[in-house]
Amino acid sequence: MTEVETRIKTFLSRFFRQHDLQPGEDIFALGFVNSLLAMQLVSFIEKEFGVAVEDEDLDLDNFRTLAAMDALVERKRGAAAAAPAG
Amino acid sequence: MTAPANRHQGDAVLAAGGSPPAGGAGGAALAPEPPGAAGASGAEGIRLALSDAQRQARERCRGFVAEWVAPHAGAWDRAGRMPPEVIAELRRRGYLGAHLAREVGGGGVDAITYGLLTEEIGRGCSSLRSLMTVHDMVSEAVRRWGSPYLKREVLPRLARAELLAALALSEPNVGSDAASVETEAERDGDAFVLTGRKRWITFGMVADLFLVFARCGGQVAAFLVPAAAGGLERQPITTVVGTRAAHLAELTLERCRVPADHLVGRVGFGFTHVAATALDHGRYSVAWGAVGIAQACLDACLAYTASRHQFGKPLAKHQLVQRQLTRMIVDARAARLLCYQAGYRRSLGAPDAATETLIAKYFASRAATRAANDAVQLHGANGLSQDYPVERYLRDAKVTEIIEGSTQIQEIAIASYPPEEL
Repeated sequence: MTEVETRIKTFLSRFFRQHDLQPGEDIFALGFVNSLLAMQLVSFIEKEFGVAVEDEDLDLDNFRTLAAMDALVERKRGAAAAAPAG
Repeated sequence: MTAPANRHQGDAVLAAGGSPPAGGAGGAALAPEPPGAAGASGAEGIRLALSDAQRQARERCRGFVAEWVAPHAGAWDRAGRMPPEVIAELRRRGYLGAHLAREVGGGGVDAITYGLLTEEIGRGCSSLRSLMTVHDMVSEAVRRWGSPYLKREVLPRLARAELLAALALSEPNVGSDAASVETEAERDGDAFVLTGRKRWITFGMVADLFLVFARCGGQVAAFLVPAAAGGLERQPITTVVGTRAAHLAELTLERCRVPADHLVGRVGFGFTHVAATALDHGRYSVAWGAVGIAQACLDACLAYTASRHQFGKPLAKHQLVQRQLTRMIVDARAARLLCYQAGYRRSLGAPDAATETLIAKYFASRAATRAANDAVQLHGANGLSQDYPVERYLRDAKVTEIIEGSTQIQEIAIASYPPEEL
């Protein structure tokens, strides 16, 4: 499990309680995610990894699994690094 | 209505680490915890203080409310309308869109200052406070999830309140189960076509723009719909008991055509992200507004029980009255502290801010209802009359327990996702 996945898993474990979430597991299929958690998850990813989740990133597939969220974070970090300074 | 001299004494903001709050106008009062700040005694682990800028902002707003709002709120309530010049003054003073960044035309105030302003206006008139609530719910949703086009073209106009916005989520058949909206949206070329009805739309009769939630291909989506759009009609709702000057409307959308670039967020995320963002902001606003009602009840009761005599002494000298006053005082302070906590977490962008906001709204709205209920009781027959404001406070307080998530919905949410220990 990557560092990003581990940190997101730690955050989600508060809500998923005793479930041992795996990197490829569909968090929506588990039935724990309501609008409150969905919003908190976005806030967590932004604050924890210093990225901005925009409306264009609103795709369930970006948040479906720990691995997908890891990929989203890496993509956002890559885009931020490639952006011209200023 | 004059506030007792001891009002708000000791008001404070939670700030970690014992650092002095940041000062500048509109700046957050909350300082991050410096490394190693938690001392052995733990005494400096939590700091309660408002910045000078926050106190000044509250005083300015209090002056505005004392002159423009509180003396007239009863008349607005009875007339069932808000004078346009009051809305214009709210706009001129920057109290609409105050939370938005200055770069987009907003007031740039921090979460705590925003709360203080909301409390003050809520103390004077819940109808006027509800305009701030719904306008800012929409502007926050656009700020958070709007496309670059909407952020460029619409957000600055919302920030300056050149356009007044209202939230169109509830429907005749849809209240707490808001994800089940029945209004339909279908894609038609470069537009969406909306058909359905929206009910209980606060300031719906005067809004220039609505954030409308509709079902699109089985998924919820959010659209910014101009009030002037063809196919949109609105009718006033005048038979409500609370926030009677809030210009409630029922909207009818009959093949109302909206440009595709007015979609906020993406189809499928209208409820889970766009509505959730708006409702989260709305709960923060309503929580502070409820604190304002509770404080207004307390102000009214302290004044009334000091001057009204029964059995040869002021009401305030009777022990059963003192019990009610004490409950009101403690409830108002506890509610305000929960709002400070929520504001603090919001200012940090903390993921748990939404839960803290739920808790603040849950407690504050119930505290407001308790306070208003007691306030009417303490005023006796006078409390039932329009000669005193407390009957209005009771009607308005009840509204805060229903809007932006009812008390019962909050109970489900808080128990399902309890926050971590402080």
